[in-house]
Parts: sequence; structure tokens; C-alpha cells
Amino acid sequence: MSTRMVEVRAKVLKQNDLLARALRERFRTEGTCVVGLVSSPGSGKTAFLEKLLAGLARDSRVAALVGDLATENDAARLRRATPNVRQITTGTVCHLDAQMVEKALESWHLDRIDFLFIENVGNLVCPSSYDLGEELRFVLLSATEGEDKPLKYPTIFNSSDVAIITKMDLAEAAEFDLAAARRNIESVRPGMQVFEVSAKTGTGMQPVFDLLHAQLARARHSQVVATL
Amino acid sequence: MHELSIAISMIDQITEESESRGGLSVEAVHLKLGIFSGVDKEALLFAYELACEGSPLAGSRLVIESIPLVIYCDACQKDRTPPSVYELSCPECGTPGQRIVTGREIEVASLEVLA
Repeated sequence: MSTRMVEVRAKVLKQNDLLARALRERFRTEGTCVVGLVSSPGSGKTAFLEKLLAGLARDSRVAALVGDLATENDAARLRRATPNVRQITTGTVCHLDAQMVEKALESWHLDRIDFLFIENVGNLVCPSSYDLGEELRFVLLSATEGEDKPLKYPTIFNSSDVAIITKMDLAEAAEFDLAAARRNIESVRPGMQVFEVSAKTGTGMQPVFDLLHAQLARARHSQVVATL
Repeated sequence: MHELSIAISMIDQITEESESRGGLSVEAVHLKLGIFSGVDKEALLFAYELACEGSPLAGSRLVIESIPLVIYCDACQKDRTPPSVYELSCPECGTPGQRIVTGREIEVASLEVLA
């Protein structure tokens, strides 16, 4: 039987990309600074986010969406800092997608939220393919994981905007080679901004707060410009 | 393993495409897959076969063309192939490459259908 070729040229994740673009547009219109967080499991994502929420909540309105395969534990932890926390339980799915985010936002008034954080499922592979509409994506790497993680997972580091090295209080005990980690990050994502933090002691958190406040100011500025 | 999610998205998309063209009998799907897409080729081939079962695409083949990673070198003002996926710099002058030209594609290029 003879066959013929039909040209299609369609991005497989087109639906997700379109939805993510619409979300990004919505976040900009409402003036909400939206930050995605990706990392491997156990890298201290929730502890870092807990610290971020508590610090920012002093003078800003904060909220978080937390992706997890099954449990509600992370959300319960984060609610100590703000009641505006929603869990996205993905079941067997190893990543969040734009549709899950859109659904989770239902009935939330974004114009009353300054900072929204989207904590992805702990995974350094799958989330890299899915845009969630966030303005900034943080990729976390803990000092205890070793400095070669960026080389093993170049795609996720390259598709993120900022790298956060967590658990710096354990760096010495883990014989973590900070210079090598920075070199490896630079190798897979040239020019990437890197922060070193300890959520436990609070060391290094201030520059992250400063970055977020600057980002929010930019978001507000473009919102004003857009309405003129 | 998100290759199953990718395979399901592909099948939905192709089914829709086929219907919009009056129903195609798809023999093979040709996919462009960037080596920097975060999607594993072997895992996707496996997932595709699973996801096709019971769908209009059951029995079709998935043909994957791997797309290399190409970056743009600002210094040379040329597209360049970096030494590896974990060393995104120009092989000629060593300048770090901040712009990816190809390598992130997950794209259905064409369908091979019964004439």
C-alpha cells in the first residue's frame, strides 16, 4: 500500500505553551510577581520557600501553589507563614503543567497578591518541558547534593533564570566545592545569577528578597505603563 | 518519566489534526526531538506504543529525528555546535552561548498516511 506525507509542523506542547502565555499575561495585568521553583527531591525547596514566605509576608501579600505527588505535608508546613497556600496533588504525574496551575488559581484574586510562588514536584527532568507562565524560575541545588548536578541535568538549569544553592550551613561538612558548582552552573547556563543561602540560619536570604522586590517593582511599573 | 504525558499530548494533537483533514489513516508519525528538550528518545518510543493502544493511532510507528544543540555565538556572530550539552560555549572562540538556536524541539514534523 502506498503512503504519502502530510506536513504538520506542530509543537507537541502547544496547548501548554498557549495556556502558559495567557497566564503570564494575566499575572502581568494583575501586577503579581510569579516565581517557579524546581529542584530534586530533598533539596530544601519547602524550607527555602517557608523562609521566603515568612520574610516577604512582613510587608507584602504572598501566596503559594505547591505541587506534590501525594501528601499535603508541604502545604501544611507553608501555611505557618501564610494561609494562602494551595496544594496541587499530581498523583502519578511527575511535573506541574499550565492547566494545573490555572485550575489551582480558581477564585483567587491575583490583584490582591504581590508574590505568588509555584513549587514544582521534586524532579530535575520533567518540569523543564513545561512553561507555567512564571516570570522567573528558580532552580535549587543543595550543598549536600554535590556540585555536579548542573552537568547531569543541564536542561533544567538552562531553562531556569536563577540558581539558588541551598543548605550552605552544611557545605563544609559535605565537602561541597562551591567554586566548582558555580563553574558548572555557568557552563550549562552562561550568565546565570547564583545565590548561596541557608534557610536554616537565614544567611544569604536578603539578596534573594532584594531580587524579588526589584522584580515586583518592575512588574508594577510595566502594569502602570500598560494602563496608561 | 514525563514521556507518557508527552506521548498522550502528541496522540491528542495528531488525532485532532487527522479529524480536521477528514480522517487520516496514519502509518507513521515523524517527530523532531531536540537533544536539549529534556525528553528521552527511547522512553518516548516506549511510551508512544503504550499510549497508542486503543487510540486511532494504534499500530502506527513513531519515527524520531534527533535535533542537535546549536547555540548562537555573539562574538563570531554565527550558529555554533557546542562541545556538549553541558558546556554551552563556542567551540571556536570559547564565548559562552546565551541563545539556543535548536535543540529544544518537541515537534510533530509530518504524518505518513495511507494514500
